[in-house]
Amino acid sequence: MAKKLHPTPNLDQLESGPWPSFVTGLKRLAADKDYVVDLLGHLEHSYQTRKGYWKGGTVGVIGYGGGVIPRFTEIKDETGKPVFPDAAEFHTIRIMPAPGMHYDTGTLRKFCDIWEKYGTGLIAMHGQSGDVMFQGATTENVQPAFDAINEMGFDLGGAGPSVRTSMSCVGAARCEQSCYDEAKAMRQVVNAFLDDLHRPALPYKFKFKFSGCPNDCMNSIQRSDMAVIGTWRDNMRTDEALAKKWFAKHGMNELVNDVVSRCPTKAMQIKETGKVRHDANISSVMLDANQALEIDNKDCVRCMHCINVMTGALATGTDKGCTILIGGKRTLKIGDLMGTVVVPFMPLQKDEDYRNLVDLAQKIIDFFAENALEHERTGEMIERIGLVNFLEGIELDIDINMVSQPRTNPYVRMDGWDDEVAKINARKAAA
Amino acid sequence: MAQAHMRRAIESGVPDHKPYLHPKLLKNYGNWKYHDRPRPGVLHHVSHSSDEVWTVRAGTQRQMDVHTIRKLCDIADQFAEGHVRFTIRSNIEFMVSTEAQVAPLVAALEKNGFPVGGTGNSVSMISHTQGWLHCDIPGTDASGVVKALMDELYDEFRREEMPNRVHISTSCCEINCGGQADIAIIMQHTKPPVINHDLVANACERPTVVARCPVAAIRPALVNGKPSLEVDEKKCICCGACYPPCPPMQINDPEHSKLAIWVGGKNANARGKPTFMKMVTSGLPNNAPRWPEVAAVVKNILHVYKGDARPWERLSDWIERIGWPRFFEKTGLPFTKYLIDDWRGARANLNASTHIRF
Repeated sequence: MAKKLHPTPNLDQLESGPWPSFVTGLKRLAADKDYVVDLLGHLEHSYQTRKGYWKGGTVGVIGYGGGVIPRFTEIKDETGKPVFPDAAEFHTIRIMPAPGMHYDTGTLRKFCDIWEKYGTGLIAMHGQSGDVMFQGATTENVQPAFDAINEMGFDLGGAGPSVRTSMSCVGAARCEQSCYDEAKAMRQVVNAFLDDLHRPALPYKFKFKFSGCPNDCMNSIQRSDMAVIGTWRDNMRTDEALAKKWFAKHGMNELVNDVVSRCPTKAMQIKETGKVRHDANISSVMLDANQALEIDNKDCVRCMHCINVMTGALATGTDKGCTILIGGKRTLKIGDLMGTVVVPFMPLQKDEDYRNLVDLAQKIIDFFAENALEHERTGEMIERIGLVNFLEGIELDIDINMVSQPRTNPYVRMDGWDDEVAKINARKAAA
Repeated sequence: MAQAHMRRAIESGVPDHKPYLHPKLLKNYGNWKYHDRPRPGVLHHVSHSSDEVWTVRAGTQRQMDVHTIRKLCDIADQFAEGHVRFTIRSNIEFMVSTEAQVAPLVAALEKNGFPVGGTGNSVSMISHTQGWLHCDIPGTDASGVVKALMDELYDEFRREEMPNRVHISTSCCEINCGGQADIAIIMQHTKPPVINHDLVANACERPTVVARCPVAAIRPALVNGKPSLEVDEKKCICCGACYPPCPPMQINDPEHSKLAIWVGGKNANARGKPTFMKMVTSGLPNNAPRWPEVAAVVKNILHVYKGDARPWERLSDWIERIGWPRFFEKTGLPFTKYLIDDWRGARANLNASTHIRF
C-alpha cells in the first residue's frame, strides 16, 4: 500500500467519459507506489496553475550520450525542497521497437515487469518519433532498467542532435500496397548509424522514415529529413474478378464520382470493352460485360487514390522501389518544409538495392554533419545553400522530377549553360 | 553492485521484427492481394495464396499503466493469438486467423473499455505529445486534452461515417510535435517571454539563444549588473523558440497562452499533393481539465465537414472545392487579419487571380 493520494479535483474529471483514462491508470499504479502518488500531485499542480514544472538535466546510460530524457521537478517549497519528493526525478527511457511496432504478449509482459520494478509503471506506446517511452524512473534506476530491457534485445532510441529513432509502416507484413520491404530498409539504414544515434554529435536531429507507398502512413514527407516512400515504375496491375465484384456492389455513379473524376491527372477513362486501347502503357480491366476501366500509366502520378478505393481490383505495379525526399520539418526557423524529391526512383528489390540506399543515407548524413550550421535541419541547410549545391555534395545528378516547374526568375548567372548542355548530350549519347 | 553498473550496452539497434510477427503475417510477408473492412474497427486482408487474416483495432490512452497493458495482453492471449501491433496513432491491433474469432475479440475489448474503431473514414485516435505530464516546455497538457476530446468524439471513432479519414493532432507548443493533421490543436502564445534576469547568465548559452530567434528580437544585455538577454517586444512573435535553450525566458502564461485550431494538413499523396495545415482560429482559452471551448470548435468543424463534403474528400479536398470563404461562412469562424500570412513565402498564399466565388 502506498501513501495517501493528494487531492486531484482536476484530474478526477478526466476519469469519467467513455475513452480509456490515463488518470485511472495512474491511480491504479498509485495504489502501490508513492512515486505515482506524487506524480499525480505534480500533474494536478500543473492543471491548477496551467504551467509545466519539469526541467531537463543530464542523465544517461553507460556508453551512450543520449536516449534518456531527464526530468527534475521545479515545484519546490521556500527551502528548496521538492513538494512532491517521491516524483522529484521523472526520467524517460526511449527504446526502439521492431519496425511496424509488432509484439508478442510475452515481450510486452516483460516490459511491464521491468518497469513495475524500476520505474513508475507508466509506458507510452509510442512517442511521436516511434519509441516505446518508459516514463518515469529515478536517476539511480535508469541504468538497471535499461540493462534489463537491453538484455531482452532492445536498444536505446535517439535524442538530441543525433540520428533519431525511425518508423516504418506495417507494410509488407500486412498491406497489399507495400512497394518494398520497409522493415528491412529501416533496419539496414538506422542500424548503419547507431554511433550517430547513440552519441549525439550532428548539427541537429536527423530523422529517417519509411512508408511503403505514397499514402505515406508514416507522415514521412513532413516529419523526416529523409523520407523513403514506396512507388513503382511499371503499369498498374488489375484483377478482373475483384473489379467486377466492386462494380456490382458500387455501380457507375460511384465509379465516376469517387474514382475516375478524383484521378488528379485524368489518367482514367471508362470505355466500352471493345474500345479499350491496347498498348504498352495501358492497364485495363473489365467491370462487367460491356464496360471497362482504362488507365494510361504514362499520365498516372502514383497518387494511390483509385487503388485505395478499389483495393485489389487495381494494384501497384511490380517494378517496385522508392522515391526519396529530403528536408521535411515543422516551422522553426524558416517555416514549414515538405521533403522534396532527390531520387525519383530507386529500385528496392535485391540486397544490393538496399545497400545503395544505405550508401546514399551515408552521403547525406556526412554532408549534413560537415555543412549544416548548429541547430539547422537538413531542409534549412538546403534552403540556405540551394538544392543544386546539395546534389553536387551528395553526388546525385539533377532530374526534372525534383521540381514542380522550371525557374520563373531570370536573376541567375548562366555562363555555364553551354557546358551543361554538352554534358547532358554526352550522357544521352553514352546511354 | 559496482560491477553491474559497469555493464556496457549491447548496441543491437532496431530489432528484427520477424520474431514478433503474427504467423500469418510472416507466412504472407510481401504477398498480400487486397483488403476490405467488414465493419468499423476490423480489417480483412487476403493474400495471393488465399490466406486470410482479420485485424481488430482498438483505441488506447497511449500513456498506459502496466495493468492496462497486461489486460490487453490477457485479451490477446485469450481471444486473439498472442500477437499485437500498435499504429502510429497509438491504436492497438490484434490479428486473428479466422472470422469466427472477430466478434468475441471485439466484445472482450469493448467490455474492458477499449473502443473498437479508428479504421477507414472514422475519426481516429488523436496523435499527441507529452504535455504537463513530462515535457520541459509545455504550454498545456497532452493526454488530458486528448482524453477530453476523444470522450466527445467516441462515436466518430467507432463509426465510419465521415467523408474520408480524419486525423487530429494536438501540440503543447508551436514546435508542433503532434504534426500536420486534418485538424490540429496547437498552443499559440500571445505575450513575449517573461525573463528572470537572475538566472539567465547561469542557465543559458546566450549566443545560442540569440541565434535561435526567428525574427532577431533577442540581444545580449546587462540587467541589474548581470549579463542577461533582452527582447525587443515590438519584434517578438511570441513563438517560444527561445524558451527551450533558455528556461528563464518563460513563455508559458496561464492566461495569455491560447489555443489555435488548424485545418487541412494531409501527408498522403492521394488525389492532390500533400498539404500543410492552415490556421483558422485562435484565442481559445487553455481551459483544463476538459478544454470545452476547443472541443466545441473541433466538433463544429467536423459536423460541417461531415454534412457538406463528398465521399473521399479529406478536409483539405473539401475546402479546395468549396473555397475558404465558404469554409469560414459555414463554420461561423471569424476570418481576422491575423490569418493573412506575412511569413516568408506569404505571397504564395495571396489570391493572385480573379477566381472568387460569389
